[in-house]
Amino acid sequence: MADLSTTVAKRASRTRWMLLAPALIILVLAASGPLLITLVYSFLTPGDYGGVVWKFSTDGWFNVFAQRDIFDDTLGWSDAHLSILWRSIKLSLMTTLACLFFGVPTAYFIATRPKQQRDMWMLLIMIPFWTNLLIRTFAILELIRNEGTINTLLLWLGIIDAPIQMLYTEGSILLGMLYVYLPLMVLPVYASMERLDFSLVEAGYDLYATRFQVLRRVIMPLVKPGVIAGSILVFVPSLGAYVTPRVMGGGNQLMLGNLIELQFGQGRNWPLGAALSITLLVIVMVALIFYVRTAGKEDAHHG
Amino acid sequence: MFTGISAITAYCLDTGTGDTNLTTAIHARNLRKVYPGNPPVEALAGVDLEIGDNEFFTLLGPSGCGKTTMLRLIAGFEHPTGGTLEMFGKDLLDLPPYKRPINTVFQSYALFPHLTVAQNIAFGLEMLGKPKAEIKATVDEMMELVQMTAMADRQTSQISGGQQQRVALARALAPKPRVLLLDEPLSALDFKLRKEMQLELKRLQTETGITFIFVTHDQEEALTMSDRIAVMGGGSIRQIGSPRDIYDRPAERFVADFIGDTNFLPAQIKSVEGDVAQVLLASGKTVTAHLPEGVAREGAVTLAVRPEQASLTTSETGLLSGMIDNIVYFGTDTHVHMTLEDGTTFVLRQQNSADSTLEYEKGDRAAVRFGANVAQVLKD
Amino acid sequence: MAKHGFDIKKQTGFGTIAIACFILLYTPIFLLIIYSFNSGTSIAAWEGFSWRWYVSAWENEQVQDATVRSLVIAFWASAIATSVAVMAALATTRTPKFKGQTAAFAMINQPLMVPEIVTAVALLILFSVIKVATGYTGLLYLIIAHAAFCIPFAYLPIRARLQGMDLSLEQAAADLYASPFLVFRRVTLPQLWPGILAGAMLAFVISLDDVVITEFVKSAGQDTLPTYMLGQLRRVITPEINAISTVLLGISVFMVVAFTLLSKIRN
Repeated sequence: MADLSTTVAKRASRTRWMLLAPALIILVLAASGPLLITLVYSFLTPGDYGGVVWKFSTDGWFNVFAQRDIFDDTLGWSDAHLSILWRSIKLSLMTTLACLFFGVPTAYFIATRPKQQRDMWMLLIMIPFWTNLLIRTFAILELIRNEGTINTLLLWLGIIDAPIQMLYTEGSILLGMLYVYLPLMVLPVYASMERLDFSLVEAGYDLYATRFQVLRRVIMPLVKPGVIAGSILVFVPSLGAYVTPRVMGGGNQLMLGNLIELQFGQGRNWPLGAALSITLLVIVMVALIFYVRTAGKEDAHHG
Repeated sequence: MFTGISAITAYCLDTGTGDTNLTTAIHARNLRKVYPGNPPVEALAGVDLEIGDNEFFTLLGPSGCGKTTMLRLIAGFEHPTGGTLEMFGKDLLDLPPYKRPINTVFQSYALFPHLTVAQNIAFGLEMLGKPKAEIKATVDEMMELVQMTAMADRQTSQISGGQQQRVALARALAPKPRVLLLDEPLSALDFKLRKEMQLELKRLQTETGITFIFVTHDQEEALTMSDRIAVMGGGSIRQIGSPRDIYDRPAERFVADFIGDTNFLPAQIKSVEGDVAQVLLASGKTVTAHLPEGVAREGAVTLAVRPEQASLTTSETGLLSGMIDNIVYFGTDTHVHMTLEDGTTFVLRQQNSADSTLEYEKGDRAAVRFGANVAQVLKD
Repeated sequence: MAKHGFDIKKQTGFGTIAIACFILLYTPIFLLIIYSFNSGTSIAAWEGFSWRWYVSAWENEQVQDATVRSLVIAFWASAIATSVAVMAALATTRTPKFKGQTAAFAMINQPLMVPEIVTAVALLILFSVIKVATGYTGLLYLIIAHAAFCIPFAYLPIRARLQGMDLSLEQAAADLYASPFLVFRRVTLPQLWPGILAGAMLAFVISLDDVVITEFVKSAGQDTLPTYMLGQLRRVITPEINAISTVLLGISVFMVVAFTLLSKIRN
């Protein structure tokens, strides 16, 4: 007697992979596959007018962190690249902190509204989230440009004589990224705050905790998974941001994304660009693995 | 094969339904189902089962006993690890659920939320490609049968639980299946509605003549509705028989324990004659007990006595004596909890009537009596 | 608000920060909308109400061209992404757990995890090779690239809906003689459509909004609306950009409201 459950399982397996195939083919073609080719390209020699020459070279990777002095051929750290890398990490962390500062109280505020109002407040968070990132960047750009709303207003009021230069600084990139990524923080934090059982807060007060102690010892530990998820959701795209630093940094304050683009444009060094983009990917993956580990531990704690 | 047929013949004689041309509707042989995992879970450990045509057959057991797995195997939602399953002599296992002339009434009813009551009932007939006129006629007939005609165009979310139950039943009956499977269909209903539906189900089964296979963990439900009951435990069938058989003649401790309340008494077999044994009780007195097949015919055994089959008496005429621990009044009857001399506890139940009063009190010494052939020797 | 009594839900300063947050989110957007109606050429000095920038955007051939291209790409990309996502969601929710499930799930969600710039550069490399080899430089590259990163956005709401559905309904249909295809068409699909529509809309908006991948993949003269706008940045910014943005904003608001309503439809 043939084991019927195995034949049935085999049939189910065939159906499953047939259903998955179209999606996986598109993704291999336009998502995973290209990444592998990028890895290959990072080990080739740059062509004179962009592209590559099919000759093995580790220069691409070498140039990520180091450079050879053009005069005396000595080795040194690539200060330009390192400062851009540092700026990317620094601005991403600062964006995450700023989003935490604004996002957590906002999520708490929404979660403590009456039930029928919450959806309306969340819609106000969702609308910017669904709005074109470029449009939102433009909106904040128009606010802080030298000819922008703030400067025009201040000049008209006579508070200043000449426009304040706000654009094309690290501060403006930070503001832009805070503005575009803020909804990404509010959404997951709100999701975990909405599930918060307020009888636990009552128990905290009952056991003599002050408002701040309740926040720190009861509420925050309970919504930690949402806070971590929100931080990752903000940190990861900040690190790879391209549009916002390009618009708000104006080509002066490069971030990793812009440095990568440069290699495929004026820089004409595709292998270096490929190596930089793999580097960015690795940093992001490390952050994601850190997140999965932490989230896993949280799950274990809560049973 | 032989034992199966003899079981059915025995059942015929036993219950005296008079249905002489009894054929086998569902026949399972050594049906096994192991769920992979670590460790693997054996849901069915080789079940042999024959269910007759036109029978109201109940699979009864605690949760996890394999009864639902059995039902899902018959319906075709799961596939056995081993064994065979036939319906009217034809192999079922090669057929997907939609090619089996078997319908199911789901525990959750599983009514399609996007269809009306009438559309739900028509679904199976449409899938079978029946002509429109016939579908309409059958749907009308079915709605009449379950008294839902007035609700035909309602959404399924707009009718009550009891009505949903009727629609689910009508939907499953509409394609006129040979076998109807019912997966604890009454568990979501409240007490009164459940009583009503029990009678209703029994009526429908008799009227339609369809084989009903009913799964439940409620012993009372099983006893009131079934022609035959299979008591399941630990992935196998422990006993098959009529409700009377199962209740009065439990074959083993598991069955006696699961169905109704039972007192278990240690005893020694003195002599055996056919299916009757003389057993020695702990008190030194001897009583006649029923001895089912396949039970040890000598040595130490366990005796089962139902609480309502015992009564209090004076120590001279009693079989066992002890102390009354507690007397609990239950309206229709009174329960007397005792500790016997050998330390075993014993409960007996006396019906209350207007003129009877219990002349014992808590703390009194008393003796227990039960008739010949009332006690049952158990397989452990 | 009752002042007396202790409000257990209150946290000092949180309300203020939240209001500041909403002001921060909406002030730039409102200013953007207001100045799209400015009759002057400034985006900061108000000179009076006018529709002139909407008219000029409407008559701008580059804008027309980019709009049509954006819509064509978004239509095909979301249609492809949604169809394959429905199949993938069925495979991951309606068949038993299988080896490679995690890998398949990771692949489907890859576009959400990998930074856009990395994917953009990778696609630039791959497609430049294919462009040279085949000589084809049409829209297909953009459509496939968009379809790929839209897949997870279409997949997630559809999968969520499938997981929320009562499995016994599909079993009941199979029990009532419906073949697997009929089960899907008559029972699964009618309940799934809000999820499919939500997924398709999300995919459409995501495709419509994309800048980075489009910027790297497009051939010469294949600007979409967002890349056209990014290109305008190097020139003098006029309220025409605001007008285009306002229209896109309107589309987003419409979509998000529709999406919210769709996800409210109960199973």
